[in-house]
Amino acid sequence: MEALIESIARGLGQGSVYAMLGLGFVIVYKGTDVVNFAQPALMILGAFFVSWFTFDAGLPFFAAVPVAMVAAALLGAAIERVALRPMVGQPVFSAAMVTVGVFFALLTIATRLIGTDIRRAGDPWGLNAFVFADSIQVFQVDVAKVVTALLAFLAVGAYFKYSRSGLAIRATASDQETALAQGVKVGRMFGLSWALAGALGALAGVFIGAGGVGFEPISALIALKALPAIILGGLDSIKGALIGGLIIGVIESLSRTYQPGLAPWLGANFDQVVPYLVMLIVLMIRPYGLFGTPEIERV
Amino acid sequence: MLTIEGLEVVYEDVILVLKGVSIEVPDGSIVALLGANGAGKTTVLRAITGLLDVHRGSVRKGSIKLDGTPIHHLDAPATVAAGIGQVMEGRRIFIDFTIDENLRIGAHTADRGSIDANLDRIYTLFPILAERRKQLAGYLSGGEQQMLAIGRALMAEPKLLLLDEPSLGLAPLIVQQIRDLIVEINQQGTSVLLVEQNANMALSISEHGYILETGKVVMDKPAAILREDDDVREFYLGLREEGAASFRDVKHYKRRKRWLS
Ligand SMILES: Nc1ncnc2c1ncn2[C@@H]1O[C@H](COP(=O)(O)OP(=O)(O)OP(=O)(O)O)[C@@H](O)[C@H]1O
Ligand SMILES: [Mg+2]
Repeated sequence: MEALIESIARGLGQGSVYAMLGLGFVIVYKGTDVVNFAQPALMILGAFFVSWFTFDAGLPFFAAVPVAMVAAALLGAAIERVALRPMVGQPVFSAAMVTVGVFFALLTIATRLIGTDIRRAGDPWGLNAFVFADSIQVFQVDVAKVVTALLAFLAVGAYFKYSRSGLAIRATASDQETALAQGVKVGRMFGLSWALAGALGALAGVFIGAGGVGFEPISALIALKALPAIILGGLDSIKGALIGGLIIGVIESLSRTYQPGLAPWLGANFDQVVPYLVMLIVLMIRPYGLFGTPEIERV
Repeated sequence: MLTIEGLEVVYEDVILVLKGVSIEVPDGSIVALLGANGAGKTTVLRAITGLLDVHRGSVRKGSIKLDGTPIHHLDAPATVAAGIGQVMEGRRIFIDFTIDENLRIGAHTADRGSIDANLDRIYTLFPILAERRKQLAGYLSGGEQQMLAIGRALMAEPKLLLLDEPSLGLAPLIVQQIRDLIVEINQQGTSVLLVEQNANMALSISEHGYILETGKVVMDKPAAILREDDDVREFYLGLREEGAASFRDVKHYKRRKRWLS
């Protein structure tokens, strides 16, 4: 029982990180029709920014986070302007390939910046835990992950519902010509979508090295698990990113806890594969995910 | 005042669709632009509102001026800022937006302080929309969607409103309602360029009419004269009985063609 609760709590925490990354993917996908494979690199650079502003620039951690988010947002907007804008009107596949190129370019930069040592996130949570019912341990960092993700989703939801530019991004996503006819500068909305993805990448990046683990360039690959999350939730659904992220996180954590004992014949590190297995199953039986729009599969 | 002179438009660099079109919309007036399918009416509107490049089209010759200032090189957002509003063919409302959100996106370029007053104005003009402001626009009927599209265009307080076939696919009673609304909007001070295939409706409220056929203006007369013109009467007789027996449609279509060529 204790193990179960602790495992679920860890899964929800990790799933929240996938959800924030997934939200970045979904915004870019909805807003610009581009599948953004550069998101993991935005995350690792965001993680570096937070760490740098904390340890090298001497900002308090809670000030470093928003500053890093702004830096990553500017980076996202710059990528859109330089690499993706010329691809407008080109096949979706070509634009996706451009983002793969951007991913490797940014990862190289991140490797230079981070160096060979493991960098610390500078977070205040470390390995501290809350203890319930005498013996159930829930790490503070997992609570922080869940709370941050929920706040991020609420903020993004309110932004798309109530703000002028949020409405304009949605209009652009829905019908570009009609958005233009309302006076929306469509290119600027593409840039804004990428800026949001960058900021969310940095926010997720905060947690990649938090909780006492630290991060290195290769930690970027963790972000790839946001892909199974959004495919499960639906590529074009914000709600799907949240729920898909949480489900993937919990499934992964449960299999890490129980698979070695219950099904050792599946091999070691099976939990690393589980998210992708879920993704394959979803693609076979419901390719548009739990909350996605059915047409999406035709893209 | 909108002045179009000798406008030539090509699609894909080769398909010449407008061949020297000249049209004027004086301030405060309603001007009708009539013509059969494929005549180039929508293309004229795209040229005015900077939407040609979305369709791989471009202005090759001629000019479009708003109050003397050339606007045919502006992009779409700049034409909105210049005071031109439009209701595109097929309404094109955002079906996944609420009615309120559809109207608010229409005010994208407008002064933030003006939004509430304009929402009030539009909801007074279209009470049906007011009742359903929180509902998704996709659930509205065709006529209501048309009203929403017009309301959305009005949110930016345009000097000039371009309407592309607002009567398309609507029942006669609704067409009449839309017609009265256009008059009311015009009386509130907005000039209107009304593109229609329903010549009967359009000429009944406009001061002046242009008839476009395969990219050329073949008639350009005060609406009162067009209404009495025998050829035009035939022209809209055919349209008035739209939906009648198909044999008749074919016949009218042929007669129309003869007159227009
Ligand atoms: N993007 C495009 N590329 C090539 N040709 C086009 C394009 N858009 C329109 N055309 C052609 O230009 C001509 C005029 O089209 P337009 O849509 O302006 O006509 P219309 O008068 O609005 O017709 P309708 O009453 O059917 O709406 C048509 O022959 C059409 O096939
Ligand atoms: Mg048309």
